[in-house]
Order: sequence, then C-alpha cells, then structure tokens
Amino acid sequence: MADLKLNQIRKSYGAVDVLHGIDLDVKDGEFVVFVGPSGCGKSTLLRIIAGLEDITGGDLLIDDDIVNHKTPKDRGIAMVFQSYALYPHMTVYKNMAFGLKLAKTDKAALDERVRAAASILQLDQLLDRRPSELSGGQRQRVAIGRAIVRQPKVFLFDEPLSNLDAALRVQTRIEIAKLHQKLKSTIIYVTHDQIEAMTLADKIVVMNAGQVEQVGSPMQLYHHPKTRFVAGFIGSPSMNFTRVKITASAGETVTVEMPGGATATLPFSVPAGDIGKEVELGIRPEHVELDRTGDLPVTGEVEVVEKLGDSTYLYVRLENADRVTLRAPGHSRVKVGETVQAAAEGGASHLFDGAGKAYRKTNCPAQYSADE
Amino acid sequence: MSTPNPTGSVAGNGLKLGVLLMATPLLLWLVLLVLLPHIDLLMVSLRERISYGKYEFSFVNYIEFFTEPLYWNTYVRTATMSILATALTLLIGFPVAYYIAKVMRGRAKNVLFLLCLIPFWVSELVRTFGWMILLRESGVVSHFLQWAGLVDGPVEMLYNDVTIMVGLVYTSMLFMVVPLVSVLDSLDDSLIEAGYDLGGNAFTVTRDIVIPHAMPGIASGCIVVFMLTLGNYLTPTLLGGKSSLWFTDQIYTQFITRFNWETGSAFGFLLLVLSSFIVWLGLKLSRQTLSDTVG
Ligand SMILES: Nc1ncnc2c1ncn2[C@@H]1O[C@H](COP(=O)(O)OP(=O)(O)O)[C@@H](O)[C@H]1O
Ligand SMILES: [Mg+2]
Repeated sequence: MADLKLNQIRKSYGAVDVLHGIDLDVKDGEFVVFVGPSGCGKSTLLRIIAGLEDITGGDLLIDDDIVNHKTPKDRGIAMVFQSYALYPHMTVYKNMAFGLKLAKTDKAALDERVRAAASILQLDQLLDRRPSELSGGQRQRVAIGRAIVRQPKVFLFDEPLSNLDAALRVQTRIEIAKLHQKLKSTIIYVTHDQIEAMTLADKIVVMNAGQVEQVGSPMQLYHHPKTRFVAGFIGSPSMNFTRVKITASAGETVTVEMPGGATATLPFSVPAGDIGKEVELGIRPEHVELDRTGDLPVTGEVEVVEKLGDSTYLYVRLENADRVTLRAPGHSRVKVGETVQAAAEGGASHLFDGAGKAYRKTNCPAQYSADE
Repeated sequence: MSTPNPTGSVAGNGLKLGVLLMATPLLLWLVLLVLLPHIDLLMVSLRERISYGKYEFSFVNYIEFFTEPLYWNTYVRTATMSILATALTLLIGFPVAYYIAKVMRGRAKNVLFLLCLIPFWVSELVRTFGWMILLRESGVVSHFLQWAGLVDGPVEMLYNDVTIMVGLVYTSMLFMVVPLVSVLDSLDDSLIEAGYDLGGNAFTVTRDIVIPHAMPGIASGCIVVFMLTLGNYLTPTLLGGKSSLWFTDQIYTQFITRFNWETGSAFGFLLLVLSSFIVWLGLKLSRQTLSDTVG
C-alpha cells in the first residue's frame, strides 16, 4: 500500500519531448486512470513509474522516497502488460510463480500465494496449461494473477482490455473493478477509452500531447471540464461546439452572439478584456432537449438518426450549416429530413476562451454539477 | 468446425502433386549427391583390396583406425576442439547477436549486421591468409611487439592450438550470429521488460527468459558451427600446420597422398557417425528437436 507522487516528470527521446512536466498525487488505495488519445504519452508515463524507462527530469516518489534510480524490482510495483507478456515456455502456474521464485520465496508460501491468486481469478483448473492453450480473456487473467501474487504496493495496467472483444471487455472491466474493491490496492490504469476511464476510476487523469489537461473524479470531468480538450474527450457522443462572439460582460453573466446573429445571456464570469473576442461554446448532446425553449435554442433539419433503444441521437444541421448532436428519448419518432426545434439551458453550457480554457460558470444548476 | 468439404480431397490431391513436383529437384539432389555417395562410401570402406581390381568384404579399415593411436587420437581431438570452438563461438556470438537484435534500433542495427557480414565477402582462404599475415614470425603482430619493446626477438604465433581456435571461431561466427539474431528478433521486448518488472536482473532474465526463447536458434547455430568446424580443412591446416592433427587432414592424406580410398572412406564414414552422434546428443541434452531447430 503506497502513496505515489509525480513531481514535474519529463521525458525525452533524443530531441523529441514526450512528457512535458507531469505533476500528480496518487493516494493509497486509489484507482487512477490515465486517459488520452493514442500517442499522448500514457504508456511512457506508466513505464516511467514502473522503472522501465529512465526519467529525463523531475522526481518520482513512492511513500516519500525518491525512486528515480531504483530498479523495477526495488519499487514494489507490478505491471500488467498490454500484450500480457506471458512466458510461452512456462505453464500458467510457473508464469504466476515466476516473480516469487525470483524473490526466493519459500516453496510452501509460493504455492499458497499462487493458488490463492488463481482462485480469485478462477484459474484453478488452468494451472498446468501453457499460455498458448488459453483464450484471450484467460491470458489476461493470468497476467493479472502474475501481478497479484507479488502483493505489490501499486498495480500498473497498460490498456489491459484492448486485445479483448467487446463482450469480454465489459466483463473483465467489471472483474477489475471488483478486484480493486477486494484488494484495496493502489491501481494506475492506462486506457484511451473514456468509458473504461469513467466506469473504473476514482480519479481520472486526462492527458494530451504529453501534458496533464485535468485531474478529477469522473463526474468532475464530465460536468466541469477545465479545458476544451477535456470537454470534447469525455462524454459520448462528444460535446457540440460552436464559435460565438462575446458582446458584453456583466460580472456574473456574459452575452454572446451566436453564429446566426441571435444573442444569448449565459452564467459565466468573463473578464472585460475579452469582450469582442471569438470564443467557443460547448453543450452536451444529452443536455439539448427537443420541443422546448431555453437560453440556447436550436432549429434545424435532421440528417442522421441513431436509435440505441433507450435513447435516440439526432444529428441536426442548422441553418448556418453548423451541426449539432442531440439526444431524444428512445421512443422518439423523428425521421431524417424533418425540421426539429430544441433548446438547452444556459447553465448546462460550457464556454472556452481562445486558448481552450474554460470560463468560470457562476450559476450551475444541480443536475449539471458534480457537487453532492 | 468439421463441416464436410466436398472439394477437399480434390484440392488435397492437387496440392500433393504440386508439392511433389516442387520437391523433385530437392529429392534428386538428396539421392544423387548425398545418399548415393554415402552408400558408396560405406561400401568402399567395407572392402579390402586383395590385388589389382580384386576386393573382399572386410572390417580391416575400421580395425586399422582403432589400432592406430594417431588416428583415433586425432579423431577425439578433432571432436573436442570442435565442441570447444562451438562453445566459444556461442559465448562470443550470443552477446553480439543480443546487441544487434535487442539493443540497436533502426539504421544502426542494419549497419552493424552488415559489418558482421563484411569478412565473409572474401573467401575463407583469403581470410585465413589474413590471420597468417598478422600472426606469423615475420608478421604484423610480431613486429609490433618487437617495436614496442615487449619481446626481444620475433615471435611465432602460428601453428598452435590457440591460433587454430581463434581461426575456427572467427570463421564460424556469422553462422552463429545469424540464427541468433533472427530468433532474438522474434522475442517480444515486453517479455524481457516483464522479467525485470517481476523482479529479475540481467542474469535471471537472460537465464530464465532470453535463453529458453533463443534455444532453437542456439541449437541450430551450434549444429551448423559444429559441423562446419568438424569438417573444416583449410583453417586448421593453414593455421596449425602439421601440428593441427585435424581429422579431415587424415582423410585427405588417405585419399590424395596415399591413394588409399578404402581407409579414406572408412574415416569419412566415421566422421559422419561422429558428427551425427554429437549433434543428436546435443539436441537430447538441450531437449530440442531437429524440427524445432529448423522451423
Ligand atoms: N522508444 C521510443 N523512442 C522514441 N519515441 C517514442 C518511444 N516510445 C514512445 N515514443 C513516442 O512517445 C509518444 C508517446 O508514446 P506512448 O507513451 O506510447 O503513447 P500512448 O501510450 O499514450 O499511446 C509517441 O509519440 C511515441 O511515438
Ligand atoms: Mg500506449
């Protein structure tokens, strides 16, 4: 069990900077998920924590000890690899026992721990098989088992579900969540899939191009994205964005001019210096409702209808050629080509400045807030 | 899973014929150039020349081998030296191959691999002469040592076992490095990283992960190097001179110098038995099969 602290961690490969100063605190027992688009440096950061990559700059602390130069062995960390990295020439039992054997654990304790882990992961029947005789999901469990037997301070997972099919992915995701509840260990989990991140994490770290965009609970990120990137990344289908112009700012509210020329008054605190600037307004599809009026009205022709059963997504083309996605109830009978009217509350919207930073919302209705 | 396939048998037959046709040159080569000569070799080795053009079945050639200490001493010595040369080649070749396959990246990797190939662009004869120029009494190394004041007079570094060994290892290196590089290339980096992550160090990871994975490559490299060394004539004779005591030299002497084809054949056959036996033993001890090694 351990606290982990990242202090301005930087990483370069030759002249290429991959991580540009990452700060992060991970508390004992927390389930932290690194999420971000492919190539943003998630795996690199995880491998730095594991001790598989050198740190170019900054400090990594485990329980207040700087471990920058400690070998993986001395960090008390176990990693589950994306490719599983099971040893083809060893049985499941030997694969799981390998770490303990290297640590010269005595035979009886080793056997007990391997069997205990195997029973948690329902691998009891498979101990004598070789990895080549297992399904993808079983291999995944062996890889997790190999980490569990070592009773590490921190578990690291690198996209552990990416090689599984959709059904198995959901099932394994739930198993990992249960495992965390049972073991109460610190877990750092990397994924590019925001649904995995939302469902598993106590704390999500959204990364983009080698930087941390925002750290927070899933609901904080969903309701209070600090940047346009986070707003667009979290949520599915993703948030609608449109360019608007700030025409007036009055302390707690701001007036913006919409692309069609209409104006709307929204609850954001915008500095007077930003008046006249082009900014971006964002609104989630699920917060735009059909057949109602509100601060942000939308009228347009339906281009695509996606029926998901419990809900229906409408892809609407506005008069100014902007496109807006909105969510209608599952029983909606709207057809392609129809003109629909919808609207969203100003309190549900998000406003981002030219650099993509969110303006502070001054009045946030309870249903659009992460506060309990 | 087992849906009947009505066209299966037809396709199967077509496939078999195709394979047979493609394998014909190989089969011809095997029968005409490998099998027939060896059967003949065995027959010749099992006869005794009574008078001109008259032969009788006899074991005399083999008896001669076992009763003449020079022969079987040379035989045993050739085997031990070859095993030693193979082991040394592996010991030197493995780190080189590991470095090429796992440490180097991109262009540098190809360049290094090519550098290993360069010595093999000249013939073995020229390469061996290169060593002779360096090591002989009036050679480069001898001159250098004298110039540096490390020795008083010229030193002869040819014609001893160490030199033979150096020459053999040098000549064989490529045949060890190539299969090792290819087998190590196929080892996923994450397997090595997982080894360190699970608490391994360079030694345990090499012993428990890299070597088991590389075993087929190690076996095939060793087999090729061993056979080439055992059957090498040029390197031991040129670098070892008369003191080389290499078994191929005995065979050469029987066939060419003494024109005794019967004894020469017996020796040739014994060499074949020796190499087959040692290769078989090596595979048994390393728990490899020939098909693993080739595949
Ligand atoms: N060994 C390496 N050498 C050079 N560049 C690398 C190396 N490993 C990763 N990178 C680069 O670092 C960036 C981040 O990679 P990675 O951490 O694997 O991304 P992610 O896991 O988020 O998809 C990528 O642009 C990748 O090309
Ligand atoms: Mg990755």
